[in-house]
Amino acid sequence: MCAQADCCSGGPTLIFACSGAADVGEIADRAARKLTKDGIGKMFCLAGIGGRVSGIMKTTESAEKIIAIDGCTLNCVKNCLEQAGFRKFMHLQLAGLGLEKGKSPVTEENIIKVAQKAIKMFD
Amino acid sequence: MKNIQILGTGCPKCKKLVENAEVAAKALGIEYSLEKVTQISEIMKFGVMMTPALAIDGQVKCVGKVISPDEIKKMLT
Repeated sequence: MCAQADCCSGGPTLIFACSGAADVGEIADRAARKLTKDGIGKMFCLAGIGGRVSGIMKTTESAEKIIAIDGCTLNCVKNCLEQAGFRKFMHLQLAGLGLEKGKSPVTEENIIKVAQKAIKMFD
Repeated sequence: MKNIQILGTGCPKCKKLVENAEVAAKALGIEYSLEKVTQISEIMKFGVMMTPALAIDGQVKCVGKVISPDEIKKMLT
């Protein structure tokens, strides 16, 4: 979870990554962590959405912007958010960046590629 | 007995939410306990990133805003 609670500030920008088992899942995860470290937004726990954890659900409802980063075409983050009732979010899928499941090494280059695409989507 | 928790570090909005929660609980005449959770580390355990927030019996009901006594009453019933 993110490192800090904001008191009485505007809604947070939340980043959900699939963090899946495949290479692209790891790239999505690392990109989300990089975006958090760089202050672009705050990575939040997708498992908390799946588990309908009240604090995570309510915080997500209050988010100003949400980006879902899916490693592959199964779109687990997108589906998870939608099934929890969230409709307004940006969706980034790594396949659209040419990162194919099982054939994409977890390199700094690939992580930066995903993070930069996410930043462009926020603009 | 309802366990009401107000999550917030103690700014005026947090205090207002405490006040509204007390008004709501007293108006309903229910048994309740009211706890102020002011430590960021404890607030984070709820998965809450924005305060003030209100939890009832451990379930977060609202985040990042001050809600009225009437809204809190609905949550308590």
